[in-house]
Amino acid sequence: MHSLDGPTSVIAGEDLTKRFGATVALDGLSVAVGRGEVVALLGPSGSGKSTLLLCLAGVLQPDSGTVFYQDRPIKDLGDSALTRLRRREFGFVFQFGQLVPDLTAVENVALPLRLDGHSRRPAETKALELLGRLGVEDRARLRVGEMSGGQSQRVAIARALISEPTVIFADEPTGSLDSLNGELVMDLLLMAARERSAAVVLVTHEARIAAYADREVVIRDGCLTHYSTVT
Amino acid sequence: MALSHVLLGLLEGRQRYGYELKQLYDERFGASQPVKFGQVYATLARLRRDGLVDIAAVESGDGPDRKVYVITPEGVADLERWIVEPQQPATFGRTALFSKVAVALLSGRPAAEVLDIQRAAHLVRMRELTERKRAGDAMDALVCDYELFHLEADLRWIELAGARVDHLRTELAHGGTR
Repeated sequence: MHSLDGPTSVIAGEDLTKRFGATVALDGLSVAVGRGEVVALLGPSGSGKSTLLLCLAGVLQPDSGTVFYQDRPIKDLGDSALTRLRRREFGFVFQFGQLVPDLTAVENVALPLRLDGHSRRPAETKALELLGRLGVEDRARLRVGEMSGGQSQRVAIARALISEPTVIFADEPTGSLDSLNGELVMDLLLMAARERSAAVVLVTHEARIAAYADREVVIRDGCLTHYSTVT
Repeated sequence: MALSHVLLGLLEGRQRYGYELKQLYDERFGASQPVKFGQVYATLARLRRDGLVDIAAVESGDGPDRKVYVITPEGVADLERWIVEPQQPATFGRTALFSKVAVALLSGRPAAEVLDIQRAAHLVRMRELTERKRAGDAMDALVCDYELFHLEADLRWIELAGARVDHLRTELAHGGTR
């Protein structure tokens, strides 16, 4: 899986299994995402798609199988190296933003850089620039609790992008938005990802959102049931 | 027939040549089925007979038609009446997709496979539409969204139908009744 002839995979999982008690969430699943590629993980609730995303992102440890980041097994990394990988190379967008409610938009966006030891001023300058690119610069000094769902999802995208990640993991990023705002968020997310050649792993249960991806992977009961070819 | 009202809509706000109306209709409304010139002129003649459009000018020159059409106040009133009148919901249920999925599910074939096969085909088309929408203008977005939402509805229906049939089958297997 990590020696594909096509585009070199930036993130790949091989024979991944994961159980939660008696429930099998992943059942020997393999998937590879190329550099700059947008792949949708589709499937009904409980199919294992979010578990797969979390395993690929190094947030969850699979029971067996291997996750590769640029052909290197991430389980060979120590804890601090894995944390650095997640902070510098991965960006995350979730359904409900998962921003820190007591911080302002600009503080939320700058947070990954601040946690990585960057000083406040340059981190916030970069955060402001990203908020501007996403059309919410005028919301920069508001706390996220004071914003609409669409605005806070843009802030979440800015936060996901600030470390210039090579992979963006997005779990139902439009799930809490109306159709138009969902579409604007998808447009912005993909534009930003493509500008930076970042890969996107997109979990969704909506076909209309999956249609933004280069291809889709369909998961059911922890298994891959359909793998579309690149068109 | 919506053609006459679409032409009135295109004339509302500005006068246009007949051939211009045909071009605009094809661009915005006739994606898969361009309208014939003859149909446009016949419709314009009827609208004129009914007092809904008028000829604002006839330009001399080569070519078959140099008439400039304009909507009349009666035409605007007729257009408004048409717009506020609700459209009868289209009747569904006899499409090839419905038949295929219903036969597949009722014959006991796995619902998940039926869904996967159709979703793969639908998503190819949905990706094309999404690309076209992102590259296009507001009219492209209207056209593409209309098709995208209907395709998505197909998939959601297949998913629900599959779950319903699976549920019924499980109940029957356990001797339950509904």
